[in-house]
Amino acid sequence: MSAFAVERATRASRIAAAAAALVLAAAVSLPWWSDAGTMRLAVEFFCFLVMAQMWNLLAGYGGLVSIGQQAYLGLGGYALFALANQAGVNPFLCVPLAGVFCALVALPVAKLVFRLRGGYFAIGTWAVAEVFRLLLANVSMFGGGSGFSLRAMAAIPRATREPLGYAFALAAAVAAIAVVYALLRSRPGLALSAIRDSETAAASQGVDVAFTKHWVYVVSAAGFGVVGALYYMNILRISPNAAFDVSWTAYVIFIVVIGGIGSIEGPILGTVIYFVLRETLSGFGAGYLIALGAIAVVTMLYFPGGLWGAISAKFDLHLFPVRRWLRKRA
Amino acid sequence: MFLEWTNTVLQGVLLGGLYGLFAMGLSLIWGVMRLVNIAHGDFILLAAYVALVFGQVAGLHPLAALPLVAIAMAALGYALQRAVLNRTLGKGLLPPLLVTFGLSVVVQNLLLQGFSADSQALRAEALTTASLRLGESIAIGWFPLGVFLVALAMGLGLQLLFSRTAFGRVLRATSDDPETVQLVGVDHKRTYALAMAIAFALMAAAGVFLGMRTSFTPTDGPANLLFAFEAVVIGGLGSFWGTFAGGVILGVAQTAGFRLDPGWGLLVGHFVFLGVLLFRPEGLFPKTR
Repeated sequence: MSAFAVERATRASRIAAAAAALVLAAAVSLPWWSDAGTMRLAVEFFCFLVMAQMWNLLAGYGGLVSIGQQAYLGLGGYALFALANQAGVNPFLCVPLAGVFCALVALPVAKLVFRLRGGYFAIGTWAVAEVFRLLLANVSMFGGGSGFSLRAMAAIPRATREPLGYAFALAAAVAAIAVVYALLRSRPGLALSAIRDSETAAASQGVDVAFTKHWVYVVSAAGFGVVGALYYMNILRISPNAAFDVSWTAYVIFIVVIGGIGSIEGPILGTVIYFVLRETLSGFGAGYLIALGAIAVVTMLYFPGGLWGAISAKFDLHLFPVRRWLRKRA
Repeated sequence: MFLEWTNTVLQGVLLGGLYGLFAMGLSLIWGVMRLVNIAHGDFILLAAYVALVFGQVAGLHPLAALPLVAIAMAALGYALQRAVLNRTLGKGLLPPLLVTFGLSVVVQNLLLQGFSADSQALRAEALTTASLRLGESIAIGWFPLGVFLVALAMGLGLQLLFSRTAFGRVLRATSDDPETVQLVGVDHKRTYALAMAIAFALMAAAGVFLGMRTSFTPTDGPANLLFAFEAVVIGGLGSFWGTFAGGVILGVAQTAGFRLDPGWGLLVGHFVFLGVLLFRPEGLFPKTR
């Protein structure tokens, strides 16, 4: 027996797992003790949580800063509306299908945008999102620029569709965190963390950098597609300008940057902060966005690890440990 | 029919001159410090609003205000690079991108706060409507022609600045190796700030010309950024002539698209960009530095 042991959990992470189970129980029971308004807000919260995890996977781990993830949010929403209205597919079945559809679209798009590096990759993804927006604005079957409504949803009574939509959103949020957590603790996740720290060093250790970045991009697209379907199922009406708005990605970037990029806890913390700020300050309109942008700039300049990075460094706290610690046996 | 299309292409070429001017600032700072300024389009709009204020407060003609706007923007660019952007360099990919993205949102919303979402225009009556008739269906506006020539001259000026002057040598050396230039007494951070000042002066011209050409709102910034970026990619990184040519190609594609169907104008421009990316990712007129 060797004198050292590899540890993968911390005391904090075991306590956090218990706390997470309690929060999850409360979230699962929410439809029984709260009203429709709270449920709608919760659906939105879960949507942003999934997007934040997916964008963080892409940028925080893959080093791929995309400003065009709204492309997949919009495509996911449109996939839901087209499948449910035109093909008569059950809207709830469309949610996973929207994710699959976006993953399929992301495969060829990745080939194209991966020809651009760094900052130009960021603007390139944005240009692609614009292309999808303009294309859908030209499809008269989908109502062109003014969009169309989810008629298929009218067949399902409100008392069924609201709790069910909530359950799907909750499941998506739990799945997103679970997938990212499991991924990062696995062998491919080790490759991804290595790429985050140094692309050159990772490549020299035999990591297939291009392949890893490709699947991260595809997984992230699928996540945004699912969110698009979930979100617009709640709204019941979609239009190109709203669904392909860059503000979606902007909010998600602020959430991840302020919460802490390159960790699982950061996006969760960021989403909570974002909703608290939004619910208290959104009355200030442009001033609220100025404040949000300024906070993100200051965070990036002085606390590049975000709020969670600062907390984690100070207290050596890891609620979702993805590292391996080498400890001497007693 | 032929003459009408000739006219369309001519208008596209002239519009492309403006896009070339949009793209030059982006191309310049990429070339010198490998920085992509996501707020590029919003700062171009800021310049247009500064000219608007000069017009409203001092009654200045937009062209008379242009030198003042250029000086103000250059000072802003210098200060921004010194106080903010220099801190983000050398720390990997994320900080410069995310900081300029945050700045983009801040600038856009400051403009919304200050000037509302109403569209504005820089008034220069006779100058912007006069045109040179070349037959029945072809007319070239004096103003777009002037913008085209100014953009061309600025491209030439940048090329000369880089290839013929001592400061251009410092810029190229800093671009090649920011560590080694410090050994021969170059302050690389100051060089970056000066490059940003030049880029901002170019953006000031782009903003004022844009405002004289069409009406504008605070939310137009991202579109300007995308056009500038597409011009750079179409032309190929690292050459001012390529960037200018990329702008012209984008302008022609958009104008031709608009002529086919008003819903397609911007799409055709984007498709040309995607086509170049697919078939010639190094751009049409690349220059290996």
